[in-house]
Order: sequence, then structure tokens, then C-alpha cells
Amino acid sequence: MRRTGALASLAAGCVLFLSACGGSSSSTDSNQLIVSAAASLQTAFSNYANDAGFNAKQSFAGSDELAAQIRQGVKPDVFASANTTLPDELHKDGLVGKPVVFATNSLVIAVPKGSSIHSIGDLAKPGTTIAIGDPAVPVGSYTREVLDRLPSSESKAILGNVRSQEPDVSTIVGKITQGAVDAGFVYITDVVATNGQLEAIKLPKSLQPNVAYGASVVDGAQNPDEAKRFIDGLLHGKGAAALKQAGFKPPPG
Amino acid sequence: MRRRTAFAGLLFVCLCLVLAFLTLPIVAIFTDTSPGALISSLGKQGSLDALWLSLKTSLAALLIIIVIGTPAAYLLATRNFRGRSVVMTLIELPLVLPPAVAGIALLAAFGPKGIFGSALEDAGITLVLQTAGVIVALTFVAAPFYLRQAQEAFAAVDRNLIDAARTLGAGEARAFGRIAIPCAGQGLTAGMALAWGRALGEFGATLMFAGSFPGITQTVPLAIFAQFSTDFTSALALSAVLVIVSAALLLSVKLLGRAPFLGGGQA
Repeated sequence: MRRTGALASLAAGCVLFLSACGGSSSSTDSNQLIVSAAASLQTAFSNYANDAGFNAKQSFAGSDELAAQIRQGVKPDVFASANTTLPDELHKDGLVGKPVVFATNSLVIAVPKGSSIHSIGDLAKPGTTIAIGDPAVPVGSYTREVLDRLPSSESKAILGNVRSQEPDVSTIVGKITQGAVDAGFVYITDVVATNGQLEAIKLPKSLQPNVAYGASVVDGAQNPDEAKRFIDGLLHGKGAAALKQAGFKPPPG
Repeated sequence: MRRRTAFAGLLFVCLCLVLAFLTLPIVAIFTDTSPGALISSLGKQGSLDALWLSLKTSLAALLIIIVIGTPAAYLLATRNFRGRSVVMTLIELPLVLPPAVAGIALLAAFGPKGIFGSALEDAGITLVLQTAGVIVALTFVAAPFYLRQAQEAFAAVDRNLIDAARTLGAGEARAFGRIAIPCAGQGLTAGMALAWGRALGEFGATLMFAGSFPGITQTVPLAIFAQFSTDFTSALALSAVLVIVSAALLLSVKLLGRAPFLGGGQA
């Protein structure tokens, strides 16, 4: 009997442990904020949550992956995307609140220090290897926007040099810092975050896409008030400061 | 008596929980979308490329593992030498390594900036972002599954059979080929199936070391990840294929385990 009892209480313990780790944690910890954010926001958002004292659990990935999770029923409190289309689409489908544009970024060519690549034209040279984002992730679609504005022979040559289509900016940066490719298209903030390991080559103004970041409170969030406070802080205050320090620009107007 | 029933009931409830938890997600792959939609989305070029690439790279990795791994496992099973257990532990280590660690390790060793990077470059070999790099990653993560099984299978072969062959004039190589391999056939086949299954499912190390490019390095798991956000049905369809192939592999391990023609009965 004692052993049966022990086994039963062990099984009950497992169930209790799981439920404690699951959804009910918000009832014991009413301030916890769950943030799903674009991989390019990692440094800025981590610093912001620390500085402003948010009890935030943040997960960083390609914005498209995070949006797909929300479509599959995952409910973070805040969704912050590296574009405005994904939050707009989710808003239209009634899954998140009205998006707020909180920052802009610029797309650049990232190369290791001392690289022989100095302009976008150099990427078309035979033998150059490039990593870009998968077409579904914002950084990948911005990159294709840039290439579409080039003469078609040049954009074809550059696409022909692409060796990998990565799921988010962090794995593009990894491929460049590890020397797996010669260059890649990422945001200026990703280059800043490497602390001098990489250098940024700016794109001509005529090629630069409009990279705007949108954030929404997710419908059905556990903690909507805290989520609202988090997003407000991105526009004015500690969040805006952390974004600026990471190299982001404030939203236009 | 009542005590026994209560205990049996508890066991039964636990088994039901285990079964439900482990099978429901897999059943959901097949019921979330209609079978017709699953099959038609498999015909898309991206999915076909990924399936073909996965088949090629996993079989290439398996071939390398078998050709080099079988004699190595035989040595480990038949010789006792100092440091043998250290060697065994080192060989089994990739079994428990997280895939991301395997990816970093491969980059640190064979990447352009890795310790063998410049040697490989001098030899004109590039692994990162190439199909060859996928094969390296798959071999790295899958080999221990085969080596472990093969070593155990060889160790279980009756030593007298091999000694008898030797006294009858067979050289060691001949005894290995004609006696040890057939006798260990069941275990070797099981090891192959497990290694193949692991290679087919490899994700993290491939992404970090070989990248993701359709037709070159984007294997089925990477294609599933890429399609997850844009085309959930295609991602489900590819997942369904992996489930079916993996189930077939597992089933063949179980069935072959009973087949007497592979030497299952003799050992």
C-alpha cells in the first residue's frame, strides 16, 4: 500500500509540476510579460526589459515564425515584428490589437572587417558567397526588394551567389562571422551588435527599403496592461533609449 | 486483493497517459488537413527537392557510417585495450549532444575559421553551405547510433564460432566477413535503421553548419521549418512523410529482429 501511495503521489506530483510550469504561472506572478520579438530586436529588447524592470520572458525568432505561432494559437502578450505587414495581417484577422510603428532600421551589407567587398556591385562578382534571409522572413523580403530595384543582370548575378537562405538575421550574422560566406544582407543594428567583428556597407538611398517595426498587444493576452506599458515605453522612455543605443531610428513623424 | 486492483489500475492509467501524450500529436499531423491536400502539396517543387536531397544525403551518410563504422565496431567488440571505455564514451557523446552544440562543434572544426579550415581550403574542399557539409553533419550525429548497436551485436557473437573458423584455416578478415557479420546481422540492421532515422530527422547541426538552400542544403526538416510560416499545409505534408518513413524504419527494426535468415536465431 505504501508503495502504491508513493507511486500515486509521484504521478500526481508530475501533473502538479507541469501545471505549475504551464499557464497557471501567470496567476502566481501577475506581472509576467511574454514578448515574441523579431530576432533583430534581441539586444535592444533585452536591455530595455532590464533597464525598465519588466518581468519579461522574451523569445526572439524570425518574425514570420512568431506570427505563424500566433496563428496556431500561441498567445504572447506582445508581438513585435521587423515589418508592419505581419502585424497588420494579424490585426485584420482579429488576432492582435492595432499595431504601433515604434522604430525604423536600415538594411545593409554586412562583411567581416577588412573585406574586399565595398559596394553592392562587388556582390555580383563571380566567386563571392552571400547569405540572405528566407523569402518568408522580413529581412529576406526586404533583400529581394533591394535586388528587384537593380538592373536584372546584376540582381541575377547576386542571387546566383547566394549560398544560404537563413530563417532569421541571427543565423545570417553567424554565417558571416564564421567565414562561411563573404557577405550578407542584415540590418545595421545587427552589425552594431557584433561589436566591431562585422562592418556595414550602406546601400544607396535609391535602393534602401522602408524598414519599419510594428508592435501589437496580442488579443487574449494574459497581461494586456503590462503589454501596453511595454509598447508605450518603446516610443518614449527607456525602450526608445535602448532602441537608439542599438542603432535603431525613431519612427517617422 | 483490493490493493492489487488499485495498483493495477494506476499502472493502466499511467500507460494510457503515456500513450495519449506520445501519439496524439502524431495523429494530429494526419488529421489537421485533408489527405488530398497533403498529397497535392507534396508535389510542389520545393518539397520534392527537399525529399530528394534528404534521401541522397542520408543514404550517403549511412554508407560512410557502415563502411568505416563496421570494422571499427568489430575492433571495439573483440579487443580489450587500455582506454577502451574512454573511446566508447567519446564515440557515444554525439548521442546526447544538443544539435546546436553539434553545429557549433562542426563549424569550430571544419568551418572556414575552424582548426582544420585552412587545411581543407588548401586541399580545395569546402564543406560549409555545400551538400557535402550536410553529409558531414548527418554522419556526425547518426554514426553513434550505428556504432553502439554494431559493437553490442559483435560482442554477442559466440566467440567459439569465430575461433572454430580460425582453426579451420580462415584468416581474421575472412572470419569477420563470413562469420561475425552474418551472425551480428540483426543488430547491424537495427543500427542502420536507427542511424538512418536520426540522419533523416537532423535539423540544428545542418542549419548551423550547412545552411539552408533549396536543392543544395535544405533537407526535409529545414524545408518544414521554412514552410511553417508561409505554407502550413506543405509543412504538415512533409512532416507526414517523415512520420511514415520513420515508422517504417522502426517497424523494420522490430521485424528484422525476429528474422532467422539474418542470423537472429544463431547468436
